[in-house]
Formats: sequence, C-alpha cells, structure tokens
Amino acid sequence: MLQELFDILTFQSGYNTNVVLLGAGLLGTAGGVVGVFSLLRKRALISDAISHATLPGITLGFLVALALTGTGKSLPFLMVGSTLSGILGVLLVQWIKDNTRLPEDSAIGTVLSSFFGLGVVLMSYIQTLKSGSQAGLESYLLGSTASMLQSEAEMIAISALAITMLAVLFMKEFGLVCFDPDYAASRGWAVSKIDLLMMALLLAVVVIGLKTVGLILIIALVIIPPVAARFWTDRLGVMVAISAFTGGMSCYLGAALSALTPDLPSGATIVLTATALFTLSLLFAPKRGVIATALRQFSFRLKITRRRALLSLNKGQPTLSFLASFLLKREGVLNSDHTLTEKGQKTVATMSRDQALWNQYLSDYPEEAFAQNRWSLAMITDILPRDLINELEMSIDSPKKEIG
Amino acid sequence: MIAKLLKLQPSTSLSTDAAKKAPLAIDGLSVSYHHKPVVWDLSFVAPEKGLVAVVGPNGAGKSTFIKAALGLIPKLSGEITVYGKPVDKQRKLIGYVPQRGSVDWDFPASALDVVTMGLYGEIGWLKPVRKGHKEQALSYLEKVGMADFADRQIGQLSGGQQQRVFLARALAQDASLYFMDEPFVGVDAATERAIINVLKKLKDQGKTVICVHHDLQSAPDYFDHALILNVRPVASGPMHEAFTSENLQRAYGGRLAPSELSGLMSLAGQ
Repeated sequence: MLQELFDILTFQSGYNTNVVLLGAGLLGTAGGVVGVFSLLRKRALISDAISHATLPGITLGFLVALALTGTGKSLPFLMVGSTLSGILGVLLVQWIKDNTRLPEDSAIGTVLSSFFGLGVVLMSYIQTLKSGSQAGLESYLLGSTASMLQSEAEMIAISALAITMLAVLFMKEFGLVCFDPDYAASRGWAVSKIDLLMMALLLAVVVIGLKTVGLILIIALVIIPPVAARFWTDRLGVMVAISAFTGGMSCYLGAALSALTPDLPSGATIVLTATALFTLSLLFAPKRGVIATALRQFSFRLKITRRRALLSLNKGQPTLSFLASFLLKREGVLNSDHTLTEKGQKTVATMSRDQALWNQYLSDYPEEAFAQNRWSLAMITDILPRDLINELEMSIDSPKKEIG
Repeated sequence: MIAKLLKLQPSTSLSTDAAKKAPLAIDGLSVSYHHKPVVWDLSFVAPEKGLVAVVGPNGAGKSTFIKAALGLIPKLSGEITVYGKPVDKQRKLIGYVPQRGSVDWDFPASALDVVTMGLYGEIGWLKPVRKGHKEQALSYLEKVGMADFADRQIGQLSGGQQQRVFLARALAQDASLYFMDEPFVGVDAATERAIINVLKKLKDQGKTVICVHHDLQSAPDYFDHALILNVRPVASGPMHEAFTSENLQRAYGGRLAPSELSGLMSLAGQ
C-alpha cells in the first residue's frame, strides 16, 4: 500500500494518473493564490454561492448536449453551463444585496440553496432518462479523479496554470483593491474592473475544480490554504506563495490518496489533506500559531510575575505568590525562609531602578513608550540607546519644574 | 437632476475665471444615501494654498461631501472640477487620506508596503515594485517620523501611527489637492504634531488641503479656511469670516451649548 502510494506520488503510475495528479496540484495552486485575494477582499463565502450555483448549469448543459449530440457527457457543454449558471448566481447575490436590505450572507445562503435545489431536481430527472444511468454527473458533487479523462486533466492543468499566472501578475493591483478600495478609486484605479477580474478568476477556479473536488467541497480549496498561510506570515507576497504551496500540496496528496482508494471521492481526500495542513499551521506557526501564542503568553506571565515580585520585595512587606517565590528561590534571590540573599538585594535594586527608568520613559515619551512593545518586559538598558537612558536618569534625579 | 430643476437661482460660481482654475470648485452638489439627502445643494470653491477645515455636526455629510468630491460615491446632481477639469481627469493631482477605520488593519502588509501603495500610480499597471520605490516610500515615512516602524505589520501600530502611515502614503504621490477625512481623530500628541507639520509644509508648497475636522476648538488654529456644513452649506470662506458664533449656531443648533460657543469664539480671537 505504501509502496503503491509512493509510486503514485513520484509519478510512476502511468501517464493518465500523472496528468491527473499534475492537474490537481496546479488546480490547488490556483485555488490557493486566488483564494488569498477573495479572503482579503472578505468575499470568501461568495465562492460557495458560485459553486452551488453551477449545478443547474451542469445538468442543463448535460441535457442540451444530450439533445444535440446524443451524449450528455460532453465537457464543453458542461463547462459552459456551469460557468453561465455560476455567473447568474453571483449576479443574483449582487442584485439582492443592492436592491434589498438583506445582508450579503443571507443573499448568499438564499441563492446557493435555491440553485442547489434546482440542480438536484434536474439531476433526479436525468437519472430517470435511459442514458442517465451512465451520466456520472454525481462525480461533480464530491469530485472524482478516478473517472477523469486524460483530456480533462490536461485542460485543468493548463487552465489552472493560466489562472495562477494571471493572479500573480495582478498581485499589486489586487492587493491594493483588497486593502483599500476607496483609496484605489481615488487614485483612478479601475476598482470595479479589478474586482471583476478577481471574481472571474474565482469563478474559473470553481468551474475547473468541479470535477476534481466537487461543488460541495470546492469552497475549501479557496478558503483553507489562504487561512493556513496567514498563520505563517504578515506579508502579502509570502502569504500568496505559502497559500499556493498549501493548496497545491493538498490537491496533489489528496488526489494521490484518492487514486489509491478509488471508492473515496477525491474531493473528500483533498479537503482532509488541506485540513491537516491547516491544523499544522494553526498549531505550529511560529508567530500566530496557537502553541507559539500560548508559549509567549506563559513567558510573559513569568516575566511579569518575577518583575512584580522583585518590585514588591523592594518595597518591603511582599506578598509573594507560590509561582513568584518558586521562581525567585530557584534563581537564588530568596533564601528558603523568604529573606533576600546577597545576590537578591542586588537584583531587587537593579530591578527597581529599571522600573523607575521605564516609568520615566513613559511620562517623558508617552507615544514612543506606548509603541515600545517590550515596555517593562525587558531591562531598559537592553532596549533603549545609552544616551536616552542618561537623559532619563537625569530627569529622574532632577525632575523638571512644571511650567505655570 | 431633480435638485437642479428645483434650484431657484442659477449658481454662478463656476462661471468666474477664478473658480475655473480653483483647486476644487463644486457647484450644486447633492448626494443621498438610501433616499435620504445627506448633502444638499452645496457650492464651494477652495482657495489656492488653503487649509480648509470642513466642520459640522455628526451626520452633517462631511465625509459624504469628501467622497462625492472624489467621485467615490454617486451624486444626485452637481458639477465638480479640480483645477478646471473634471475630477476623473485630475486623479494624479489628488491625494486622499481616508478615515483610519475604513480599512482592516490585520491586512498582511507592513507600514512601508502601505506607503508604497501611494507610488503604484507612478509604477503603473502590472509592473513590480522595485527597490527604488521602497526607498522613496521610506523617505515619506521619515517625514512623518515613522521610519523606525517601516517593517512592522500595520496592525501592530498604534492608532496615531496608523494615521501617520496613511498620511505618508498620501504624501508619496506628488499631489496638489489633498482630501483628509478626520485625520486628528483619536491620535496622540506626537501624531497631532506630525500632521500639523505636514499641513504647514503643504501650504508652504502652495498646495490645498480639504480636511474634515471634528474638533471646533482647534479648527481656527490648524486651518485658515472653513466650510461649515449641515447637509446644506452654512458658511464658507476665510476662517475669521466663516467661523463665527452665528454660523456655528446655525450649523449645530442646540447641539452646542452657549458657553461652548463663547469659549470657541474667544479662542478664535473674536
């Protein structure tokens, strides 16, 4: 089993599987890149409306193709149908938002469920047709790479590559419009056109991803990778790169898993792989991750506890918490009977001087002190330049006369 | 359109030569939100080298006026020209400092990235940001005392620092007419000083600033012209002519206590 997975992953399972895997990987990359911008434009959920809105188009495309060519499973017809009904869905959401008092999420919910309902009815009708049994339309719901034709996979790969390249090319403009559309418009940027292009790329990812991931789960392709990427970085360019990588890996690994177990819908294996990568990011990302945040919180508490304890020792009559006395004893500041050691007296004096300097900094330079995010968390001599500390020392020793 | 038809007197402000060349000339501007007029028949000519404070009570349409003047929201009626041409043709001459609350500060960008956005127009479609642009942007951060924070993610800045980043972004393009929407709201003293310095410099360079300002106390100190607004324009002109207790009373009605008014007037030197 592992050997088989290894063969698939290293492209040793025949041309067809290779193309499918490559197509899936590029699809995931495109989803990751485009997803960053729909997330930052706060339009992540609109992709759910688009994907569900494609179902009536897929089924109608099937019926039209059946009537015209005698077989419904014609990719061009299905794609055109899904694109058109996806566009219709987006336009409806926009229309409801503009012309009623409904908020966007209600509009999205209404449109996606209505279109999906219509699509399911049409699908059931197709099932009753004689040629319907071999339609295979249900693979568009949850994704199926197993039944994918080589030509389909090639089409997906090429389109995904084009989408990715376009999105990267327009990264500067997309970022500007996502961050501050009003400012962009004030500078004369064609904000509505840039928005339209972002929406078109999102629609394109959804349409080409229907076969691989399925319309129910495809929203994951444009949401999970960017959200995971946001944990790792504060830079847009890096976020796009990480999101592209996460999306690409999710689809590549997920499609490989699905090739190994053809009974599992590939949409599910892809989304679960993406979820695994997301969970890793959530837990282990160095700055924004849950574990890093908890560790930072803990070290912050230790520092503050120690500092507060030393300062209260300086004032005499300290009431030390269990944690504080444990820390200070271990450090050699306190004897077991809670009296100060020789080293302890020094430490207490140093700390109280340090706090006095920090306090003086806060009153002399309130703005800078506020912006200094290590205020009272580290020794001031490690943070501020010597001449500034000299100035603060002078201002402690000879306080300025208040004017008036 | 209706507003135009209903107007009794034809406005003449745009026909004069002075208005034709003015940094900003507005004739009969009306704007509505959801069937409620928020700016009504506003005509206004901004002076060359003027620091104009736009004041008025909450809901008086100050921000709406700015957004409509910039062409960001549709107007019911009215004509807007910037240095004699339609606003859409003069984008390069216009700088804009939006309200700080109008964007999501958790956006993955550094202070320098945001200021660089001010240079995007110069960089042009699809072309990448180069090192020279970054250095240029840094020099504008320096001008507002923020060079040390260039690499910090914008959400990690204080409110005043975020405001200064917006200011630096507007400075990064060499505009002649600046619109600012409440730049002094919720900022610290250092930021206030930085903004005042920038305003003075802009004025010295012969530029015009239209600035929504909430604080009546400081308006006469920071600005030399005033546009007092309460849906309809109440008064506009040089500070000492427009900023009178009578006009403020008309704009604010009962919302300004008599004692506040007299306090303001003594500040304004009247």
